Amino acid sequence: MMGKSINQKHKFATLREGALVEIQNLKQYFPIQDGLFGKKYVKAVDDVSFYIDKGETLGLVGESGCGKTTAGRTILRLYEPTGGRIIYNGTDITYVDMMPYRRKMQIVFQDPYASLNPRMTVGDIVGEPIDIHKLAASNKERSEKIIQMLDRVGLNSEHANRYPHEFSGGQRQRIGIARALAVDPEFIVCDEPISALDVSIQAQIVNMFEKLQEEMGLTYLFIAHDLSVVKHISNRIGVMYLGKLVELADSYELVFHSVHPYTRSLISAIPVPDPNTSRTQKRIILEGDVPSPLNPPSGCRFRTRCPYADKICAEKEPEFREIGNRHFAACHHLDKVH
Amino acid sequence: MMSNILLDIKNLKVSFFTPAGEVKAINDVSIQMEEGDVLGIVGESGSGKSVTSYSIMGLVPFPGRIIDGTIDFNGHRINDMTEAELRSIRGNEVSIIFQDPMTSLNPVYTIGNQIREAILLHTNLNKQQAYERSVELLKLVGINEPEKRLKQYPHELSGGMRQRVMIAIALACEPKLLIADEPTTALDVTIQAQIMELMTELKNKINMSIILITHDLGIVSSVCRKIMVMYAGKIVESGTIDDIFYNPKHEYTKGLLRSIPKLNTKEHEKLVPIEGTPVDMLNPPAGCPFAPRCEKCMKICLREMPEFTKISDIHYCACWLLQKEAFEASAGGNK
Repeated sequence: MMGKSINQKHKFATLREGALVEIQNLKQYFPIQDGLFGKKYVKAVDDVSFYIDKGETLGLVGESGCGKTTAGRTILRLYEPTGGRIIYNGTDITYVDMMPYRRKMQIVFQDPYASLNPRMTVGDIVGEPIDIHKLAASNKERSEKIIQMLDRVGLNSEHANRYPHEFSGGQRQRIGIARALAVDPEFIVCDEPISALDVSIQAQIVNMFEKLQEEMGLTYLFIAHDLSVVKHISNRIGVMYLGKLVELADSYELVFHSVHPYTRSLISAIPVPDPNTSRTQKRIILEGDVPSPLNPPSGCRFRTRCPYADKICAEKEPEFREIGNRHFAACHHLDKVH
Repeated sequence: MMSNILLDIKNLKVSFFTPAGEVKAINDVSIQMEEGDVLGIVGESGSGKSVTSYSIMGLVPFPGRIIDGTIDFNGHRINDMTEAELRSIRGNEVSIIFQDPMTSLNPVYTIGNQIREAILLHTNLNKQQAYERSVELLKLVGINEPEKRLKQYPHELSGGMRQRVMIAIALACEPKLLIADEPTTALDVTIQAQIMELMTELKNKINMSIILITHDLGIVSSVCRKIMVMYAGKIVESGTIDDIFYNPKHEYTKGLLRSIPKLNTKEHEKLVPIEGTPVDMLNPPAGCPFAPRCEKCMKICLREMPEFTKISDIHYCACWLLQKEAFEASAGGNK
């Protein structure tokens, strides 16, 4: 504990002065058994760095298994990072006791059916963080707070005495959001918060996230696989592939002027709900599947599916470098992609 | 009846008799499909889109039952057929691909075994010929090294590969109709693009009809020619893709289109959500099921379900607003 607190005072260079959340070379490896005594690692997140400004929404997209959820959870230290640094508001929190930071950093989970305890009433679910962090002096204050939170997410005080099974998916997600808001956080990791919901309900929840951000000055890390939704809500978007960040740019820049071959094929693969566009849309259809994260390809991890790949891609890992105004990409052949 | 009508569903009603009461999963649905059509059925969970397709296969699960209506498929009256008769057309004349390729293959049999089973059941081919046919099928769906894959078990393949195998099994007997029930929902976008491309390609190759069931308006717009929009067990609007996307008439269709974010817009548009919650199917509203969430709801909407208004030969919509407009137009003409 001593060593760690000294470590904490060490000077470190920040990617960006004044960023609320910053991760530097974050690594999260999960060990798995290989044979009887062998051990192998799944490199779920490998050397990822980015920052999120205060009041900003950073979107994180990628296919299943690319490590976007793991990245989000590691930032909250729900998993202990294998390497790298997590900086919150200028403090290195990679090894510190998280209790005081849990009040500042919250998460909304993907599955509103699995993330609420079926034996607790909605009031108790929303009240639990208030109890843990001792935010209410009296029972009266506690229930006032709960009702205020429910009100904020579009539910009302009657709902407090009911159980989760009495609610629809969209309403349950609202309860999950109320629970995250109960401690008055600054930063929320939204881990695929709308992908389990019906299309007509998704827009309600997306609009609510935007409204809450305006009202409470929240900062979001918005993780999803649906690029259209992420583009809608985010200021900047990062694209992950097999544990690596391959491109990061402002939302519109990323959607309309992407440079990485993976981002381009990802965007072109999204079916556009507009018949005229989809008739003329040119698809870049990638061959094959995502390789196993247990044995990722050498060099650039995307090279096995990349139409531009050549010798250097197999030998050397491309550097994640800035190519323009806040636009980063990791590829050897950026000049060819255009 | 015209000869090229492949599927004709009339006033189909399917109910599930649960302990909590009767759930009218499909309430008065009529569908007509010609040979070679690609029909998209769009709807939210619980709208009855999957049950519609299951009833074509005679697969409505217990405690569900077809309580009214007829299904004619390729000269068969499906709802009068015995289980044995049904078995002879399932996988033969009509096939289905399920949503989840992870659970719809049997984990203890090899891929080859499962493809051969479908071939041996419905054709007179011997084992050697069936093997050759399955190699051919795997090639058709774009799987490399088919001889090696046939010996593998489902867990050795990725999700996209498994869905390809499912398609290969479904295509084994060159069905007239392929029902794809959310075939790509469990897959990633880049794999989804591969599978959708494959299905369109195969459709042209062997000239089959496809019913594509999905909640994703994007997929529908790139693959289908006709669309039916379902809400709470009823078809609320049907038409060509251009009708539905550029000239939607039903408030639900309009709301749905307004509420999805679009990738190709340059400005930040505000999403307009459909307020309210999905219908409780145990206690559905008496009139139009969408009425409680509809901005333009009138008194009659809560009492009675509207008839279909014909907008063009293929474009139909069930909404009182259109009836009102039509009535006012005709009344205006009479004056």
